[in-house]
Amino acid sequence: MTESVNRPQRAAFADRTSIVGIGESEYTRWGGIKDRSEYQLCLEAITRAAADAGIDVKDIDGFCSYGYERHEPVQVQVALGIPEMRFSNLVWGAGGGACAGAVMNAALAVHAGICKYVVVYRSICQGQYERYGHYRERPAGGQYMAPFGLMSPAQMVALTFRRHMHVYGSTAEQLSHVALACREHALRNPRAVRYGQPLTLEQHRSARVIADPFRLHDCCLETDGACALIVTSNERARDGRAPPVRILAAAQASNKGWGLGPMGSHNMPIEDYPSVNSKALARALFDMAGIAPKDIDCAQIYDAFTGIVIMALEDFGICAPGEGGPFVAAGNLLWPHGKLPSNTSGGLLSEGYVHGLNLVTEGVRQMRGTSTSQVADARTCLVTSGGAQAHKSALILAN
Amino acid sequence: MSGNYLPDGVPSPHPTQDDYPFWDYCKEHELRIQQCAACNTFRHPPRPVCGECGHFTWNWTAVSGLGTVFSYTIINHSVHPALKESLPYNVAVVLLDGVGDVRLVSNVIDAAPEQMRIGLPVELVWQDLPDGMALPRFRKGGAA
Ligand SMILES: [Zn+2]
Repeated sequence: MTESVNRPQRAAFADRTSIVGIGESEYTRWGGIKDRSEYQLCLEAITRAAADAGIDVKDIDGFCSYGYERHEPVQVQVALGIPEMRFSNLVWGAGGGACAGAVMNAALAVHAGICKYVVVYRSICQGQYERYGHYRERPAGGQYMAPFGLMSPAQMVALTFRRHMHVYGSTAEQLSHVALACREHALRNPRAVRYGQPLTLEQHRSARVIADPFRLHDCCLETDGACALIVTSNERARDGRAPPVRILAAAQASNKGWGLGPMGSHNMPIEDYPSVNSKALARALFDMAGIAPKDIDCAQIYDAFTGIVIMALEDFGICAPGEGGPFVAAGNLLWPHGKLPSNTSGGLLSEGYVHGLNLVTEGVRQMRGTSTSQVADARTCLVTSGGAQAHKSALILAN
Repeated sequence: MSGNYLPDGVPSPHPTQDDYPFWDYCKEHELRIQQCAACNTFRHPPRPVCGECGHFTWNWTAVSGLGTVFSYTIINHSVHPALKESLPYNVAVVLLDGVGDVRLVSNVIDAAPEQMRIGLPVELVWQDLPDGMALPRFRKGGAA
């Protein structure tokens, strides 16, 4: 495989910016928030993030989001009375694959000297708008899927993981260990939608099939909620209210030939098909951070579907190809004794689905030492973004 | 009732300026894949330039219609109202013979869930939609 000519060796903004504030609404099952609009939740999350950072919300001068975010920066700006917007950015792509990319763009805007404080936000009320598990018209590539009944992200990723089972011998049984680890962590997190709802292996394995090999608990929640975080320079971060969390590395990538990947015609390269298209991303990320996969202390791995986690562990070099299934089956995602405690808030499977941004806020908590499943002495956290969307992104946070 | 693998209410293809010849050939029950006129590389879905050599010229090359199941899923949960009575149904990614690594997302219309497997040989069948479109689907083929 040829190396990208643009391979970002030690990109100039490596370890120059920090996350200094996080804010969230409550998370509920879709339809659970009826008293306030999705727009209001967005504004509440941003207000809380600014308060957490110890800044006036009017100090925010840049705005980044991704996916299907509905509340554009000028609407946010006018509502919050922010005097001047200097940077606005929405990462391309239909899904959560762009989430860490939005954080990357915030870091770039700060590092370039354009902005002092950039907010990254995502507000998503699946009860007020559409449920992500339902059919939606996909103008790009949709005519190669929907007429054949391929309509939801669960179905799209089921195809890539079925191939992974064929190539590597991974099993549907291994998937249950991803779901159970997330649920165990959610039981310790009062914010989690699945708080107080234990899940057993037997319940997982007897639940109804959604898209074989994925059963009900292999598929993420559909959630109402909002999340925001504030990025600033490492210098300004020292004056903040909370301990700064350094953005050691941030990257976006897609490999050759992927196009829309699983959200399109499924013509990605044959050797790469049973993956989450994050091998080039992982190279860029670890090159930028100057550390290796073995140096990662905990992870928040995009878990829209359990199979993604197994394939991501392999793409990011935590496991060799084909070893992701045995790795999760050995309990290695579990706090506190697993080799890589992951999705320590419960993840998208059991905390809530805020399109991946709640994985970043949990990564920040781990680096602050305030997670409800705190990994002892954690110095680094990998946060990955993206499931069915081909375009992927990721962060390495540090304290 | 059309007798098709999936019912009539399922969304039909909406051809674009870039891919209407593919679908026009489908209406004629011809499966043709875009092939670079300069370096002969096949590509799908249709797009205006060859990613290998950069040429903007192409041909529509007829294919045999034989292939194998590259991956599949059995869907037991409907996400569209038209499919509620069609469960379970399969979705297959079919690797076509003779056109490089080009695959089609489709269905194997005569395979029970327990008969689906990666490597299953399949052959093309056409199913006409009420709006005049036709979809390339597959049935179990000979030995492979
Ligand atoms: Zn060519």
